[in-house]
Parts: sequence; C-alpha cells; structure tokens
Amino acid sequence: MTLSRQEVEHVAMLARLKLSEEEKERLSSELGAILDYVERLEALPTAEVEPLAHVLPMHNAFRPDEPRAPFARDEMLANAPQALDGLFKVPRIL
Amino acid sequence: MSLCSLTVHELVTLLQRREVSPLEIATSCLQRIEAVDARVRAFLTVTAEQALEHARAIEGGRGLAGIPAAVKDNLCTRGVRTTCASRILENFVPPYDATVVARLVQAQVVSLGKLNMDEFAMGSSTENSAFFPTRNPWDLERVPGGSSGGSAAAVAADEVIFALGSDTGGSIRQPAAFCGVVGMKPTYGRVSRFGLVAFASSLDQVGCLTKDVTDCAMVLQVISGFDPMDSTSARMEVPDYTAALTGEVKGMKIGVPREYFGEGVDGAVKEVLQRALQQFEALGAVVEETSLPHTEYALPAYYILAPAEASSNLARFDGVRYGLRDETADNLLDMYGSTRARGFGPEVKRRIMLGTYALSSGYYDAYYLKAMRVRRLVKEDFDRAFARYDVLVTPTAPTVAFRLNEKVDDVLAMYMSDIATIPVNLAGIPAVSIPCGFVQGLPVGMQVMGRPFGEADLLRAAYAFEQHTGIRALKPGLEVA
Repeated sequence: MTLSRQEVEHVAMLARLKLSEEEKERLSSELGAILDYVERLEALPTAEVEPLAHVLPMHNAFRPDEPRAPFARDEMLANAPQALDGLFKVPRIL
Repeated sequence: MSLCSLTVHELVTLLQRREVSPLEIATSCLQRIEAVDARVRAFLTVTAEQALEHARAIEGGRGLAGIPAAVKDNLCTRGVRTTCASRILENFVPPYDATVVARLVQAQVVSLGKLNMDEFAMGSSTENSAFFPTRNPWDLERVPGGSSGGSAAAVAADEVIFALGSDTGGSIRQPAAFCGVVGMKPTYGRVSRFGLVAFASSLDQVGCLTKDVTDCAMVLQVISGFDPMDSTSARMEVPDYTAALTGEVKGMKIGVPREYFGEGVDGAVKEVLQRALQQFEALGAVVEETSLPHTEYALPAYYILAPAEASSNLARFDGVRYGLRDETADNLLDMYGSTRARGFGPEVKRRIMLGTYALSSGYYDAYYLKAMRVRRLVKEDFDRAFARYDVLVTPTAPTVAFRLNEKVDDVLAMYMSDIATIPVNLAGIPAVSIPCGFVQGLPVGMQVMGRPFGEADLLRAAYAFEQHTGIRALKPGLEVA
C-alpha cells in the first residue's frame, strides 16, 4: 500500500514536521511498505488478549513529597536558543 | 602489549599491585584513540584533557577506580556535549549526569568521552548518525552494528576498556555481536534510565559493552540498582554478579527456540551456533530444542510500539528549551515544523511519522492496541519457556556484520537485522551477547536470554562458555601504520 499525499500531510502536521515534496513522496511509499509488513499481525487472533503496556508488575511509584533544591534558572536557560529576562523566548504565537 | 588492550579485571590487578597508575592507563587509551579513531570513528567527543586531569588525581585499585571508559552519546554528561548523534542536539550541554554516569563518576571511572550511535538510537548500523558512520574494527568496510555502534567499536578497537550503551530492540547486543565483544541488556528496571535520552520508554534499557564476561559482571554491578529518579526502576536487591562466574554449567537447562534458526538466518552463523551448543553439552548442560511460537510477530509489533513511543518522546525537541531552532520562522507553529525538519534525519522522521500515524485517531486500535496485545503473547512465550529452562540460546543477529551502504536504502532489510533481539525488549527480560566464533574472519554473537532479573544465570552460562573456548582472546587486526 501507499499512504495518500493527504494522509502524509495530515500526519506530518500532527507531528510538527515540515516535510519537503521529495520527503512526502518517499514517506508515502516507505510508510506504506512498513504498514504492509505490520499487516501480518492481523493473522493473529487477539480479541481475548489483554494489552501489555509495561512488563514489570508495578503500578504507582510513590516517594515522600519532600522539597529539594531545584536547578538554577541560569542553568536551565543555558541551552535555550533564545532567552529573555530569565524566561524562554518563543516567536509570536498569533 | 599495551595497557589499553587489557580487560578491567586485568588492570585492576595491576593497579592493586601498583604496577601501573590510572594516568598510564588513560594515556595508553588516548594514544590508541589517536592512532586508530581516524579510521574507526567511534568517538563523537574525546575529553582528553579532563581524562588526564582526572586520572592524575585517582589512586586506583578499588573496584573500577582508574579504569577508562566512554558512554554512548544519548547518556547525559554534565558539562559535556550530548548530541544523540543528531543535528537537533548538536550543541546541547546537559546540566546533569545520567544516573549511570553518576555511578561511574562515583566509582572513579575515568571518562574518555562520548560515543557515536544511530541518531536517537534508531538504527542497526550507526549509519544513521548525523555526523559520520562508525566502522567495524574487524573490517573497516563493514558496519559495527547499531545503534550502540560507537560503544562496540571502541571496545573492540581497545580505545576504551569498557563502554555503556542503550538497547531498545538490540542496540547493545547486535553491535556487540558484530564487533566481537560482550554486550549485556539487563532486565527492564534493573538499571536506571534517568538521563538516558528517551527513545521508547517501555523498551529502553541501559547496559554495558565489555571485552569479556568478567568485566561485564563487574560493570553491571556498578550500574545496577534502584534509582528514585526513575519511576520504572525496580526496588530489588542486586546480587553479587561476580559470584556467578563459577565456570560451571553442569545440569543447567538450556532451551534452543527453533524459530531463531529459521529462514533468514545465515547458514554459516547457524553452524557456529550449533558448535557452541555442543560445547555447552560437553560442559554438562542439558540442551533441548523448544519453541517460542509468536516470534515472527515480535518485529512487526515492535515497529508499531517503538515508533509510537518515540513520536511522543521526541515531541520535546521543539526549538524552545534546548537544541536547534530555525530562526527564520516568524511564528511558533512554523518554527516547530521547520526546526524539526532541519534537526532530524531521515530515519528519525520516518519513525516519528510512523508512530504518529499509528497513534492517530482511527488507527489507534488497529495498530497500537493490537501491537500491545501481541506484546503480551510474545512475553507469555518466554514465561512458558522459562518455566522449563534456565536460559535460552540463539544467534544474536541473523548474519555477521554487513557492508556499509548495503542496507541503507532498504528500510525493512535493515529492520530485519534485529529480528533475534527485539523479542527480548518486548518481554523486558535480560539477554547478553557473547562472541562464539567466526564466519569468514568476522565475529558471530551468541545471545543468552534469561528470566527477569536472572542476569546472574546469563553470566554463569556466558562465563563457562568463554572459559572453555578462549574466543575472547582474539583481537581485530587494526595494525597501527
């Protein structure tokens, strides 16, 4: 199968990836080939099987709610592409 | 013989006798890096100055103190660039150490730097590094495997004494097999993932690559154990792993799942494995054929689950808090899209797209939920097998190391090279790859799988095999010109 151009563009939008025309074309056939391969799961009846999300028999991991020293603001901002007045700066939103 | 070619335990003995100093060992490794890394290209960052300074200040002889090592570049190192071999993190300098890195620091391991990998650990050849591919020390025209290809190549080439890597679908074991070293993927939860840049959080596990099984036990000992910073870390006692190195496998029950010896596995690789299994029998182990009937479904299930988790995990790379930003975009949404388009390579984009598709409205049940159900069937196969057997033995990879560029254009062929390692991650069990022979001068890896938290069983089997074959003593012929 191949994914339609609209499907590729929709998924790319969801994933926040601005793809080139060439990438869209390539991905529609590559993703199609992978999904064809994955199709073989259909052969396996699983209606009665409980989904497995996590292999360890653990549920919630609790710890005492004790305050700790946070990272310094400067340190957290050191990798930011743009910062201003101790805050992350982003391009305009609207 | 130079110091860099020795193992951890050999160097510890020399350090204890005061016959060598940590500075001499670090110098030997750095000279080796200088001599061979232009060809092997295992390192993304070499921290030579810090290493020498650190080595000078250490006494050595206690545990791993004074032993030089390096870690895969998806493990955060405070103050040292951590790129995940991606343009999007090219200049990222973490403000903290991953827990495993902190444990090495505490053990006074001398860090030599950061090792190459497939971008965000997605790949099986290290050709997906955004910077350059790493070469296999046994044949520089071949890949070292992946995604921890830099870690495996650096150990095989004697550039480091040991290395850490991460394994989501075989990324420690398959490169260990291709490079002829020992690679351990511990049980999910055995080793903290805090500070490991996440790929697929329900599958990722940190582990080690070493020159022999004794070193594997020693390094595993240091990195294992509960970490309050990782909510999936297991609150379980860590046994003394070196106690498992008895050389004794008499009566051990070894299952050999026939699905791992089927079509697609190279005939010569199978023969090497058959001989290895005869060795186990000769040592008194009970070797029996068994079956893991859902094996063929593991790979397709993985290629839904891992990309789905990745698409969510990699959403954080948005050009706001760290990493690359496309400064030309004039609004936020465009900035996200163009930053990620520029920052991620083709395989990462492919998996983000695949995962986003599988999780998107209308497809979730058909793909993601289905794959999670199949995951349980794969795990139950293992549960049944381990009710009868102490360990299971298979080839680690279906072939020996392939040539550079051989599989880059065939996505599914590349994915198939993890066919024997992926089921282990789905089930969360531990597995180790150890060298078990050669095909046309290239190393073949044997995978030993065990029960959850049964790392000691793996080490016992692996050590007995290693002691009775002497395969670990062989080195790649990287003559220094």
